Amino acid sequence: MKLSELLRLSLNALRVNKMRSILTMLGVIIGVFAVILLVSLGSGLQRYITDQISGLGSNLIFVIPGKVGGARTPGGQQTNKLLINDAKNLENKLRAIADVGPVIQKSAVVKYKNKSDKGVSILGTTGNYPDIIKSTDLEKGSFFTQAQGRSGARVAVIGQTVFTNLFQNRSPIGEKISVGGGRYTVIGVVKARGSTFGIDQDNTILIPIASAQRQFGVNNVNTIYLSAKKPELVQLVKQQANSVLLKRLTEDDFTLQTQEQTLSTITNIVSVLTVALGGIAAISLVVGGIGVMNIMLVSVTERTKEIGLRKALGARRKDILSQFLLEAIMLCLAGGIIGIMLGLGASYIMSIFFISEVTPWSVFLAFGFSVAVGVIFGITPAIRASRLSPIEALRYE
Amino acid sequence: MQKLNESVIVLTDITKAYGTEDVVTQVLHGVSLTINKGEFVAITGPSGSGKSTLLHIIGLLDVATSGTYLLHDKDVTKLTEDQQARVRNKEIGFVFQSFNLLQRANLMENVTLPAVYAGTPPKVRDTKAVELLTTVGLEDHLYKRPNQLSGGQQQRVAIARALMNDPVIILADEPTGNLDSKSGKDVMEVLKFLNKQGKTVVIITHDHHIAKEAERIITIKDGRIV
Repeated sequence: MKLSELLRLSLNALRVNKMRSILTMLGVIIGVFAVILLVSLGSGLQRYITDQISGLGSNLIFVIPGKVGGARTPGGQQTNKLLINDAKNLENKLRAIADVGPVIQKSAVVKYKNKSDKGVSILGTTGNYPDIIKSTDLEKGSFFTQAQGRSGARVAVIGQTVFTNLFQNRSPIGEKISVGGGRYTVIGVVKARGSTFGIDQDNTILIPIASAQRQFGVNNVNTIYLSAKKPELVQLVKQQANSVLLKRLTEDDFTLQTQEQTLSTITNIVSVLTVALGGIAAISLVVGGIGVMNIMLVSVTERTKEIGLRKALGARRKDILSQFLLEAIMLCLAGGIIGIMLGLGASYIMSIFFISEVTPWSVFLAFGFSVAVGVIFGITPAIRASRLSPIEALRYE
Repeated sequence: MQKLNESVIVLTDITKAYGTEDVVTQVLHGVSLTINKGEFVAITGPSGSGKSTLLHIIGLLDVATSGTYLLHDKDVTKLTEDQQARVRNKEIGFVFQSFNLLQRANLMENVTLPAVYAGTPPKVRDTKAVELLTTVGLEDHLYKRPNQLSGGQQQRVAIARALMNDPVIILADEPTGNLDSKSGKDVMEVLKFLNKQGKTVVIITHDHHIAKEAERIITIKDGRIV
């Protein structure tokens, strides 16, 4: 039989059985759609987190107090033994190869005139902070200088959330605000940074480290950022910083972590998440596949009589098989293409509101699986029916 | 009818048994039968006598357990499955009791189906289908579906389909069984007309009035010709 005849025959069969054709396609569509969307969400999440972290600056090394995964006091909290002096030591020794930016982090109430903002994150740091944390760009005014940082000037640089909450649209530069009781003059506003892992990066106020030290009466720092002057110096900075800190502290008192290490730690967590999403996607694929399988088995079985009739009228086994194979292929291709379009569309919409990134392998996997299932289960009952004698197939109810 | 004694169908000692080794149902016990070209033969007998099975074997829809079957002097029991399909397609037109039309296809599609499998070009087979449907009086319903027609009309569609590839033999299995007597008569008229045109017609019926219309009546009982 000619291919054009077969095509005509198969298309005709699909056309006259619209409902069945649509149901079969629906199984394929749902399977393909779900896999593409879920995998896109997973990989979008991974990309988002990677971007967030590399946005901090790739030459960055963190020094945080305590040993990550180390011993803890009975209270559950590790005692913070990291002092401002450690930062000063680091600065003295590493001046040639790295910028050092210690940060004291506290939470305080901020007031301006009759307005107040609670739970603002107060970061006491040095004047080189914008050079170290790359995402700190000023929208208005200026950052405090190194000298102001050291001397403890009563100046503050505010984040977007604080700016909106306290000043609405008025210019904040030169205005006096109260930070945890102390009075500061606003000298700058940081551009919006968004949130990282659900923490608002804009609900912050940056003040000179010496001022924070006095204001909150602390000598401990929460983080010391080390920014290597060149990417290839990262490992050297890490080693040297380690030996500097070990002169006064023990190994259990601090953790040195490069950006790369942080990234790989978080990537590990995210890949678990991606695997979980992939699992859900695989389930939808299997469910879609079972749907296709059921419809195919039922629809071909209910057509056993038709197969018998076609054989009685002179169809060869080959003709029957080609027709059913072609029908299954056309259904699954059409369903697969619709599923891909819907999946890509939904991924695109998700990428506007949330995060999503289409991965080609998920498209191929979903498409290939659905088509394979459709064709296998479309052709198996047809093979069985085409082997019956015409009269047996005709008698089939 | 000029060559009355040219035999078309020669069955010799045909048996048919169904079932597995344990339970065997013997349906035909050695049937021998010769049908000549241009004959109109009615096979009758009570239900369960094996007359339908015999017709299915003649139509190559079923396979005999033993015996030989010469169709146009060729032993068709030795043919491969594909060769048998070709014989069913080209040389035999089958009419069923329950019409067996594709309900979701229109009359044209139903009637042209045998030509599709014969590889006839679309234009040729469409012309032929219109011609045949006109012959059976359904020229006004070409694109209707079978379920929009009466039983008698559907059976006439089935006859048109049987004639599509110009077979020499028409086999009809209780063609009037599902019809009222008026429609049954119409269908018989069509079959008689075809016989006059030179087709060999073999019908199965348990209705004596119908059987009387044939030139020859063969009666089967318990799998044997009596």
